[in-house]
Amino acid sequence: MQFDKSISAKLPTAAADTIIEVRHFDFCYGDTQALFNISMDIHEKEVTAFIGPSGCGKSTFLRCFNRMNDLIDIAQIKGGSVKISDIDIYGKDVDVIELRKHVGMVFQKSNPFPKSIYDNIAYGLRIQGITKKSILDDVVEECLRGAALWDEVKDRLNESALGMSGGQQQRLCIARALAVKPKILLMDEPCSALDPIATAKVEELIHQLKQDYTIVIVTHNMQQAARVSDRTAFFYLGKLIEYDVTDTIFMNPSDPQTEAYISGRFG
Amino acid sequence: MKRYFHNELDELSNKLILLGEKANEAARMAVDGFLESDIEKAQAALQLDDDIDALEQEISHACVRYITLRSPVSSDVRLMLVAIKASHDFERAGDEAHSIAKKVKNILSRDGRIEEAVAIAEMSQLACAMMQDAITCFVQEDLETAQAIIERDSAVDRLNRANFKTLSSDTPHAQITDRTRIETILISKSIERIADHAKNLAEEVIYLLTGE
Repeated sequence: MQFDKSISAKLPTAAADTIIEVRHFDFCYGDTQALFNISMDIHEKEVTAFIGPSGCGKSTFLRCFNRMNDLIDIAQIKGGSVKISDIDIYGKDVDVIELRKHVGMVFQKSNPFPKSIYDNIAYGLRIQGITKKSILDDVVEECLRGAALWDEVKDRLNESALGMSGGQQQRLCIARALAVKPKILLMDEPCSALDPIATAKVEELIHQLKQDYTIVIVTHNMQQAARVSDRTAFFYLGKLIEYDVTDTIFMNPSDPQTEAYISGRFG
Repeated sequence: MKRYFHNELDELSNKLILLGEKANEAARMAVDGFLESDIEKAQAALQLDDDIDALEQEISHACVRYITLRSPVSSDVRLMLVAIKASHDFERAGDEAHSIAKKVKNILSRDGRIEEAVAIAEMSQLACAMMQDAITCFVQEDLETAQAIIERDSAVDRLNRANFKTLSSDTPHAQITDRTRIETILISKSIERIADHAKNLAEEVIYLLTGE
Protein backbone atom coordinates (compact mmCIF):
# COMPACT_ATOMS: atom_id res chain seq x y z
CA MET A 1 0.00 0.00 0.00
CA GLN A 2 1.43 3.34 -0.96
CA PHE A 3 0.54 6.94 -0.32
CA ASP A 4 1.51 7.99 -3.79
CA LYS A 5 0.42 10.32 -6.51
CA SER A 6 -2.45 8.08 -7.56
CA ILE A 7 -4.09 8.55 -4.16
CA SER A 8 -5.64 11.85 -5.23
CA ALA A 9 -8.11 10.00 -7.40
CA LYS A 10 -9.19 7.83 -4.45
CA LEU A 11 -9.93 10.64 -2.04
CA PRO A 12 -13.68 10.97 -1.45
CA THR A 13 -15.50 14.09 -2.58
CA ALA A 14 -18.79 13.56 -0.76
CA ALA A 15 -19.36 15.69 2.34
CA ALA A 16 -19.56 14.32 5.86
CA ASP A 17 -17.56 11.13 5.15
CA THR A 18 -14.78 10.04 7.41
CA ILE A 19 -11.43 11.06 5.95
CA ILE A 20 -9.15 10.45 8.93
CA GLU A 21 -9.76 7.34 10.98
CA VAL A 22 -7.83 6.82 14.18
CA ARG A 23 -8.07 3.60 16.14
CA HIS A 24 -6.54 2.78 19.53
CA PHE A 25 -3.60 5.05 18.87
CA ASP A 26 -0.76 5.13 21.42
CA PHE A 27 2.22 7.46 21.01
CA CYS A 28 5.38 7.94 23.07
CA TYR A 29 8.33 10.25 23.34
CA GLY A 30 10.95 7.75 24.43
CA ASP A 31 9.65 6.19 27.64
CA THR A 32 7.00 8.83 28.17
CA GLN A 33 3.61 8.04 26.76
CA ALA A 34 1.97 11.14 25.29
CA LEU A 35 -1.19 9.72 23.72
CA PHE A 36 -3.32 6.93 25.16
CA ASN A 37 -5.67 4.76 23.14
CA ILE A 38 -7.09 7.55 20.92
CA SER A 39 -9.92 6.59 18.61
CA MET A 40 -11.81 9.10 16.52
CA ASP A 41 -13.15 9.83 13.04
CA ILE A 42 -12.54 13.17 11.40
CA HIS A 43 -15.11 14.08 8.82
CA GLU A 44 -14.31 15.39 5.39
CA LYS A 45 -14.87 19.08 4.63
CA GLU A 46 -15.50 19.95 8.22
CA VAL A 47 -13.46 21.94 10.70
CA THR A 48 -12.44 19.86 13.70
CA ALA A 49 -10.92 21.64 16.68
CA PHE A 50 -8.63 20.09 19.28
CA ILE A 51 -8.79 21.81 22.66
CA GLY A 52 -7.25 21.08 26.00
CA PRO A 53 -4.73 22.40 28.50
CA SER A 54 -1.05 22.75 27.67
CA GLY A 55 0.73 19.43 27.42
CA CYS A 56 -2.42 17.40 26.83
CA GLY A 57 -1.11 16.02 23.54
CA LYS A 58 -3.25 17.89 21.03
CA SER A 59 -0.33 19.25 18.96
CA THR A 60 1.42 15.88 19.18
CA PHE A 61 -1.70 14.22 17.87
CA LEU A 62 -2.07 16.79 15.10
CA ARG A 63 1.48 16.16 13.91
CA CYS A 64 0.72 12.44 13.69
CA PHE A 65 -1.58 13.14 10.74
CA ASN A 66 1.30 14.21 8.50
CA ARG A 67 4.05 12.33 10.31
CA MET A 68 5.87 15.46 11.36
CA ASN A 69 6.72 13.61 14.56
CA ASP A 70 9.02 11.42 12.45
CA LEU A 71 11.46 14.31 12.66
CA ILE A 72 11.75 13.74 16.42
CA ASP A 73 14.21 10.94 17.15
CA ILE A 74 12.56 9.60 20.25
CA ALA A 75 8.98 9.77 18.92
CA GLN A 76 7.37 6.43 18.30
CA ILE A 77 4.01 4.79 17.85
CA LYS A 78 3.25 2.13 20.40
CA GLY A 79 0.02 0.88 18.94
CA GLY A 80 -3.05 1.55 16.87
CA SER A 81 -3.46 3.11 13.45
CA VAL A 82 -4.08 6.34 11.60
CA LYS A 83 -5.76 5.97 8.24
CA ILE A 84 -6.34 8.74 5.76
CA SER A 85 -8.77 7.80 3.03
CA ASP A 86 -8.51 4.17 4.18
CA ILE A 87 -4.71 4.11 3.86
CA ASP A 88 -2.59 3.43 6.92
CA ILE A 89 -0.22 6.39 6.79
CA TYR A 90 2.31 4.56 8.97
CA GLY A 91 2.46 1.69 6.50
CA LYS A 92 5.90 0.62 5.33
CA ASP A 93 5.47 1.80 1.75
CA VAL A 94 4.00 5.20 2.45
CA ASP A 95 5.85 8.07 0.80
CA VAL A 96 5.98 10.68 3.56
CA ILE A 97 6.72 13.53 1.16
CA GLU A 98 3.67 12.63 -0.87
CA LEU A 99 1.63 12.35 2.32
CA ARG A 100 2.62 15.87 3.30
CA LYS A 101 1.43 17.21 -0.05
CA HIS A 102 -2.01 15.84 0.69
CA VAL A 103 -1.93 16.86 4.32
CA GLY A 104 -0.71 20.44 4.49
CA MET A 105 0.26 22.25 7.65
CA VAL A 106 0.22 25.78 8.97
CA PHE A 107 2.13 26.56 12.13
CA GLN A 108 1.70 28.85 15.07
CA LYS A 109 4.41 31.19 13.95
CA SER A 110 4.06 32.05 10.30
CA ASN A 111 7.12 30.93 8.36
CA PRO A 112 7.16 32.35 4.85
CA PHE A 113 10.26 31.63 2.87
CA PRO A 114 12.70 34.54 2.55
CA LYS A 115 11.56 34.96 -1.01
CA SER A 116 9.03 36.99 -2.93
CA ILE A 117 5.33 36.52 -2.37
CA TYR A 118 5.12 34.90 -5.80
CA ASP A 119 7.98 32.52 -5.17
CA ASN A 120 6.57 31.41 -1.84
CA ILE A 121 3.55 29.99 -3.64
CA ALA A 122 5.42 28.79 -6.70
CA TYR A 123 8.19 27.04 -4.79
CA GLY A 124 6.28 23.85 -4.11
CA LEU A 125 5.28 23.56 -7.74
CA ARG A 126 8.78 24.26 -9.05
CA ILE A 127 10.32 21.47 -6.97
CA GLN A 128 7.72 19.16 -8.48
CA GLY A 129 9.06 20.13 -11.89
CA ILE A 130 6.34 22.58 -12.91
CA THR A 131 8.13 25.56 -14.41
CA LYS A 132 5.86 26.91 -17.12
CA LYS A 133 5.17 30.52 -16.22
CA SER A 134 1.55 30.58 -17.33
CA ILE A 135 0.77 27.62 -15.08
CA LEU A 136 2.63 29.10 -12.15
CA ASP A 137 0.91 32.46 -12.65
CA ASP A 138 -2.50 30.81 -12.63
CA VAL A 139 -1.77 28.73 -9.54
CA VAL A 140 -0.29 31.69 -7.66
CA GLU A 141 -3.36 33.80 -8.36
CA GLU A 142 -5.74 30.94 -7.53
CA CYS A 143 -4.02 30.24 -4.22
CA LEU A 144 -3.78 33.88 -3.22
CA ARG A 145 -7.46 34.34 -4.04
CA GLY A 146 -8.21 31.19 -2.08
CA ALA A 147 -6.41 32.67 0.90
CA ALA A 148 -8.23 36.01 0.51
CA LEU A 149 -4.90 37.75 -0.18
CA TRP A 150 -4.96 38.47 -3.90
CA ASP A 151 -6.47 41.96 -3.72
CA GLU A 152 -3.97 42.97 -1.04
CA VAL A 153 -0.82 41.77 -2.80
CA LYS A 154 -1.54 41.50 -6.53
CA ASP A 155 0.46 44.62 -7.29
CA ARG A 156 3.51 43.55 -5.31
CA LEU A 157 3.98 39.87 -5.98
CA ASN A 158 7.71 40.33 -6.47
CA GLU A 159 8.19 41.98 -3.10
CA SER A 160 9.58 40.01 -0.18
CA ALA A 161 7.06 38.05 1.82
CA LEU A 162 8.89 39.13 4.94
CA GLY A 163 7.59 42.67 4.42
CA MET A 164 3.99 41.56 4.94
CA SER A 165 2.09 41.96 8.18
CA GLY A 166 1.78 38.97 10.53
CA GLY A 167 -1.76 38.23 9.44
CA GLN A 168 -0.83 38.47 5.78
CA GLN A 169 2.15 36.18 6.31
CA GLN A 170 -0.07 33.59 7.94
CA ARG A 171 -2.56 33.75 5.07
CA LEU A 172 0.40 33.46 2.67
CA CYS A 173 1.44 30.29 4.49
CA ILE A 174 -2.09 28.97 4.02
CA ALA A 175 -1.94 29.88 0.31
CA ARG A 176 1.42 28.14 0.04
CA ALA A 177 -0.08 24.99 1.55
CA LEU A 178 -3.00 25.18 -0.89
CA ALA A 179 -0.66 25.34 -3.91
CA VAL A 180 0.07 21.64 -3.83
CA LYS A 181 -3.64 20.83 -3.66
CA PRO A 182 -3.96 19.10 -0.31
CA LYS A 183 -7.17 17.50 0.86
CA ILE A 184 -6.49 18.19 4.51
CA LEU A 185 -5.09 21.27 6.24
CA LEU A 186 -3.62 21.01 9.70
CA MET A 187 -3.41 24.25 11.67
CA ASP A 188 -1.47 24.40 14.90
CA GLU A 189 -2.65 27.52 16.77
CA PRO A 190 -2.58 29.56 13.56
CA CYS A 191 -3.85 32.76 15.18
CA SER A 192 -2.05 32.80 18.50
CA ALA A 193 0.48 35.37 17.26
CA LEU A 194 -2.08 37.56 15.47
CA ASP A 195 -4.08 40.63 16.47
CA PRO A 196 -7.90 40.42 16.64
CA ILE A 197 -8.48 41.74 13.11
CA ALA A 198 -5.94 39.43 11.55
CA THR A 199 -7.42 36.58 13.59
CA ALA A 200 -10.88 37.42 12.30
CA LYS A 201 -9.60 37.36 8.71
CA VAL A 202 -7.98 33.96 9.20
CA GLU A 203 -11.16 32.62 10.81
CA GLU A 204 -13.23 33.91 7.90
CA LEU A 205 -10.77 32.20 5.58
CA ILE A 206 -11.14 28.91 7.49
CA HIS A 207 -14.90 29.23 7.14
CA GLN A 208 -14.56 29.60 3.36
CA LEU A 209 -11.90 26.92 2.94
CA LYS A 210 -13.92 24.20 4.61
CA GLN A 211 -16.13 24.03 1.54
CA ASP A 212 -13.20 22.42 -0.26
CA TYR A 213 -10.82 21.16 2.44
CA THR A 214 -10.89 19.19 5.65
CA ILE A 215 -9.38 21.32 8.39
CA VAL A 216 -8.07 20.25 11.78
CA ILE A 217 -7.12 23.08 14.10
CA VAL A 218 -5.41 23.08 17.47
CA THR A 219 -6.30 26.12 19.53
CA HIS A 220 -5.95 27.35 23.06
CA ASN A 221 -8.71 29.83 22.38
CA MET A 222 -11.96 28.10 23.24
CA GLN A 223 -14.02 30.92 21.83
CA GLN A 224 -12.20 30.42 18.54
CA ALA A 225 -12.92 26.70 18.62
CA ALA A 226 -16.59 27.51 19.25
CA ARG A 227 -16.66 30.04 16.40
CA VAL A 228 -14.90 28.14 13.65
CA SER A 229 -15.37 24.41 14.20
CA ASP A 230 -18.06 21.89 13.36
CA ARG A 231 -16.72 19.32 15.80
CA THR A 232 -14.52 19.67 18.86
CA ALA A 233 -12.30 17.15 20.61
CA PHE A 234 -11.26 17.78 24.21
CA PHE A 235 -7.97 16.21 25.30
CA TYR A 236 -6.55 15.90 28.78
CA LEU A 237 -3.32 14.22 29.87
CA GLY A 238 -2.97 12.47 26.53
CA LYS A 239 -6.48 11.06 26.48
CA LEU A 240 -9.45 11.96 24.35
CA ILE A 241 -12.07 12.90 26.92
CA GLU A 242 -14.94 13.94 24.68
CA TYR A 243 -15.51 14.42 20.97
CA ASP A 244 -18.76 15.71 19.55
CA VAL A 245 -20.37 18.40 17.45
CA THR A 246 -19.24 21.79 18.69
CA ASP A 247 -22.73 22.88 19.72
CA THR A 248 -22.94 19.95 22.12
CA ILE A 249 -19.42 20.32 23.52
CA PHE A 250 -19.98 23.97 24.42
CA MET A 251 -23.67 23.99 25.23
CA ASN A 252 -24.16 20.65 26.96
CA PRO A 253 -21.04 18.47 27.25
CA SER A 254 -21.42 14.93 28.51
CA ASP A 255 -18.23 14.66 30.50
CA PRO A 256 -17.77 16.67 33.71
CA GLN A 257 -14.10 17.22 32.86
CA THR A 258 -15.14 18.87 29.61
CA GLU A 259 -17.64 21.03 31.46
CA ALA A 260 -14.96 22.01 33.99
CA TYR A 261 -12.46 22.92 31.27
CA ILE A 262 -14.73 24.95 29.03
CA SER A 263 -16.20 26.83 31.96
CA GLY A 264 -12.73 27.78 33.18
CA ARG A 265 -12.85 25.73 36.34
CA PHE A 266 -9.56 24.09 35.54
CA GLY A 267 -6.85 24.20 32.91
CA MET B 1 -16.06 43.65 9.29
CA LYS B 2 -19.15 41.47 9.10
CA ARG B 3 -18.37 37.92 10.24
CA TYR B 4 -19.98 34.87 8.72
CA PHE B 5 -21.97 34.21 11.88
CA HIS B 6 -23.44 37.73 12.08
CA ASN B 7 -26.26 36.59 9.83
CA GLU B 8 -27.43 34.56 12.84
CA LEU B 9 -28.25 37.89 14.49
CA ASP B 10 -30.37 38.88 11.49
CA GLU B 11 -32.20 35.56 11.61
CA LEU B 12 -32.84 36.00 15.31
CA SER B 13 -34.22 39.50 14.79
CA ASN B 14 -36.48 38.25 12.00
CA LYS B 15 -37.84 35.49 14.24
CA LEU B 16 -38.51 37.99 17.00
CA ILE B 17 -40.43 40.24 14.60
CA LEU B 18 -42.42 37.24 13.35
CA LEU B 19 -43.25 36.25 16.92
CA GLY B 20 -44.43 39.79 17.67
CA GLU B 21 -46.62 39.87 14.61
CA LYS B 22 -48.18 36.51 15.44
CA ALA B 23 -48.89 37.58 19.00
CA ASN B 24 -50.45 40.82 17.79
CA GLU B 25 -52.49 38.98 15.17
CA ALA B 26 -53.77 36.58 17.83
CA ALA B 27 -54.79 39.53 20.03
CA ARG B 28 -56.60 41.28 17.17
CA MET B 29 -58.47 38.14 16.12
CA ALA B 30 -59.50 37.33 19.66
CA VAL B 31 -60.84 40.85 20.22
CA ASP B 32 -62.53 40.91 16.81
CA GLY B 33 -64.22 37.70 17.81
CA PHE B 34 -65.56 39.51 20.86
CA LEU B 35 -66.61 42.71 19.08
CA GLU B 36 -68.22 40.92 16.12
CA SER B 37 -69.62 37.96 18.08
CA ASP B 38 -67.57 35.80 15.71
CA ILE B 39 -66.67 32.39 17.15
CA GLU B 40 -64.53 31.50 14.15
CA LYS B 41 -62.23 34.44 14.72
CA ALA B 42 -61.90 33.42 18.33
CA GLN B 43 -61.03 29.90 17.21
CA ALA B 44 -58.43 31.22 14.76
CA ALA B 45 -56.81 33.14 17.60
CA LEU B 46 -56.59 29.97 19.69
CA GLN B 47 -54.82 28.15 16.89
CA LEU B 48 -51.98 30.63 16.83
CA ASP B 49 -50.94 29.83 20.38
CA ASP B 50 -48.85 26.74 19.55
CA ASP B 51 -46.89 28.66 16.88
CA ILE B 52 -46.23 31.45 19.33
CA ASP B 53 -44.97 29.06 22.01
CA ALA B 54 -42.75 27.22 19.53
CA LEU B 55 -41.20 30.45 18.25
CA GLU B 56 -40.40 31.58 21.77
CA GLN B 57 -38.58 28.29 22.38
CA GLU B 58 -36.64 28.65 19.12
CA ILE B 59 -35.59 32.17 19.99
CA SER B 60 -34.47 31.18 23.50
CA HIS B 61 -32.43 28.31 22.12
CA ALA B 62 -30.89 30.49 19.40
CA CYS B 63 -29.88 33.08 22.00
CA VAL B 64 -28.26 30.52 24.29
CA ARG B 65 -26.44 29.05 21.31
CA TYR B 66 -25.21 32.43 20.10
CA ILE B 67 -24.04 33.47 23.57
CA THR B 68 -22.24 30.15 24.00
CA LEU B 69 -20.55 29.92 20.61
CA ARG B 70 -19.99 33.53 19.57
CA SER B 71 -19.06 35.32 22.85
CA PRO B 72 -21.00 38.47 21.97
CA VAL B 73 -20.29 41.80 23.60
CA SER B 74 -21.78 45.27 23.66
CA SER B 75 -24.86 45.71 21.46
CA ASP B 76 -24.81 42.05 20.43
CA VAL B 77 -25.11 40.78 23.99
CA ARG B 78 -27.82 43.39 24.65
CA LEU B 79 -29.67 42.01 21.65
CA MET B 80 -29.46 38.52 23.15
CA LEU B 81 -30.87 39.72 26.45
CA VAL B 82 -33.60 41.74 24.73
CA ALA B 83 -34.49 38.83 22.46
CA ILE B 84 -34.96 36.51 25.45
CA LYS B 85 -37.03 39.02 27.38
CA ALA B 86 -39.01 40.30 24.40
CA SER B 87 -39.85 36.79 23.21
CA HIS B 88 -41.22 36.10 26.66
CA ASP B 89 -43.31 39.28 26.55
CA PHE B 90 -44.68 38.34 23.14
CA GLU B 91 -45.44 34.82 24.35
CA ARG B 92 -47.27 36.19 27.36
CA ALA B 93 -49.22 38.56 25.10
CA GLY B 94 -50.11 35.50 23.04
CA ASP B 95 -51.31 33.77 26.21
CA GLU B 96 -53.55 36.76 26.99
CA ALA B 97 -54.94 36.58 23.46
CA HIS B 98 -55.58 32.88 24.01
CA SER B 99 -57.36 33.65 27.25
CA ILE B 100 -59.54 36.30 25.56
CA ALA B 101 -60.43 33.89 22.76
CA LYS B 102 -61.48 31.17 25.21
CA LYS B 103 -63.71 33.57 27.10
CA VAL B 104 -65.24 34.80 23.85
CA LYS B 105 -66.12 31.24 22.96
CA ASN B 106 -67.61 30.69 26.42
CA ILE B 107 -69.74 33.84 26.18
CA LEU B 108 -70.91 33.12 22.65
CA SER B 109 -71.79 29.50 23.41
CA ARG B 110 -73.74 30.68 26.44
CA ASP B 111 -75.35 33.91 25.23
CA GLY B 112 -75.21 33.61 21.45
CA ARG B 113 -73.80 37.11 21.01
CA ILE B 114 -71.90 39.82 22.83
CA GLU B 115 -74.35 42.26 24.41
CA GLU B 116 -72.05 44.52 26.43
CA ALA B 117 -68.77 45.57 24.87
CA VAL B 118 -67.97 48.47 27.22
CA ALA B 119 -64.72 50.11 26.04
CA ILE B 120 -63.17 46.91 24.70
CA ALA B 121 -62.93 48.27 21.13
CA GLU B 122 -61.12 51.41 22.16
CA MET B 123 -58.83 49.54 24.55
CA SER B 124 -57.87 46.91 22.01
CA GLN B 125 -57.11 49.50 19.36
CA LEU B 126 -54.75 51.26 21.75
CA ALA B 127 -53.13 48.04 23.00
CA CYS B 128 -52.65 46.47 19.55
CA ALA B 129 -51.30 49.77 18.20
CA MET B 130 -48.82 49.88 21.08
CA MET B 131 -47.74 46.30 20.30
CA GLN B 132 -47.36 47.06 16.59
CA ASP B 133 -45.41 50.23 17.31
CA ALA B 134 -43.13 48.31 19.69
CA ILE B 135 -42.31 45.91 16.87
CA THR B 136 -41.76 48.81 14.46
CA CYS B 137 -39.45 50.71 16.77
CA PHE B 138 -37.38 47.53 17.22
CA VAL B 139 -37.08 47.15 13.45
CA GLN B 140 -36.35 50.83 12.82
CA GLU B 141 -34.31 51.43 16.00
CA ASP B 142 -36.65 54.31 16.80
CA LEU B 143 -35.93 55.56 20.30
CA GLU B 144 -38.57 58.33 20.27
CA THR B 145 -41.43 56.02 19.40
CA ALA B 146 -40.30 53.57 22.07
CA GLN B 147 -40.41 56.31 24.69
CA ALA B 148 -43.87 57.42 23.53
CA ILE B 149 -45.26 53.89 23.86
CA ILE B 150 -44.49 53.91 27.55
CA GLU B 151 -46.61 57.01 28.04
CA ARG B 152 -49.57 55.55 26.15
CA ASP B 153 -50.03 52.74 28.61
CA SER B 154 -51.83 54.92 31.13
CA ALA B 155 -54.75 55.46 28.71
CA VAL B 156 -55.33 51.71 28.51
CA ASP B 157 -55.13 51.44 32.28
CA ARG B 158 -57.81 54.15 32.66
CA LEU B 159 -60.14 52.37 30.25
CA ASN B 160 -59.66 49.09 32.10
CA ARG B 161 -60.51 50.72 35.40
CA ALA B 162 -63.60 52.30 33.83
CA ASN B 163 -64.70 48.93 32.46
CA PHE B 164 -64.30 47.34 35.84
CA LYS B 165 -66.31 50.11 37.46
CA THR B 166 -69.08 49.79 34.89
CA LEU B 167 -69.31 46.02 34.97
CA SER B 168 -68.97 45.64 38.72
CA SER B 169 -71.49 48.34 39.61
CA ASP B 170 -74.75 47.55 41.31
CA THR B 171 -76.72 48.72 38.27
CA PRO B 172 -78.08 45.53 36.77
CA HIS B 173 -77.06 44.69 33.24
CA ALA B 174 -80.26 43.31 31.91
CA GLN B 175 -78.71 41.75 28.87
CA ILE B 176 -75.84 39.86 30.41
CA THR B 177 -75.43 37.26 33.11
CA ASP B 178 -73.10 37.65 36.04
CA ARG B 179 -70.80 35.07 34.54
CA THR B 180 -70.54 36.97 31.26
CA ARG B 181 -69.92 40.17 33.19
CA ILE B 182 -67.01 38.54 35.04
CA GLU B 183 -65.56 37.16 31.83
CA THR B 184 -65.83 40.57 30.19
CA ILE B 185 -63.97 42.10 33.14
CA LEU B 186 -61.27 39.49 32.65
CA ILE B 187 -61.12 40.18 28.91
CA SER B 188 -60.60 43.85 29.69
CA LYS B 189 -57.84 42.86 32.11
CA SER B 190 -56.16 40.72 29.45
CA ILE B 191 -56.11 43.63 27.01
CA GLU B 192 -54.62 45.81 29.72
CA ARG B 193 -51.91 43.12 30.20
CA ILE B 194 -51.20 43.09 26.46
CA ALA B 195 -50.59 46.84 26.66
CA ASP B 196 -48.27 46.22 29.63
CA HIS B 197 -46.27 43.75 27.56
CA ALA B 198 -46.05 46.29 24.74
CA LYS B 199 -44.73 48.81 27.25
CA ASN B 200 -42.14 46.25 28.44
CA LEU B 201 -41.08 45.77 24.83
CA ALA B 202 -40.64 49.49 24.38
CA GLU B 203 -38.42 49.59 27.48
CA GLU B 204 -36.40 46.71 26.09
CA VAL B 205 -35.89 48.55 22.81
CA ILE B 206 -34.66 51.58 24.74
CA TYR B 207 -32.19 49.35 26.58
CA LEU B 208 -31.08 47.79 23.31
CA LEU B 209 -30.43 51.17 21.70
CA THR B 210 -28.93 53.00 24.67
CA GLY B 211 -27.67 50.34 27.08
CA GLU B 212 -29.65 52.07 29.83
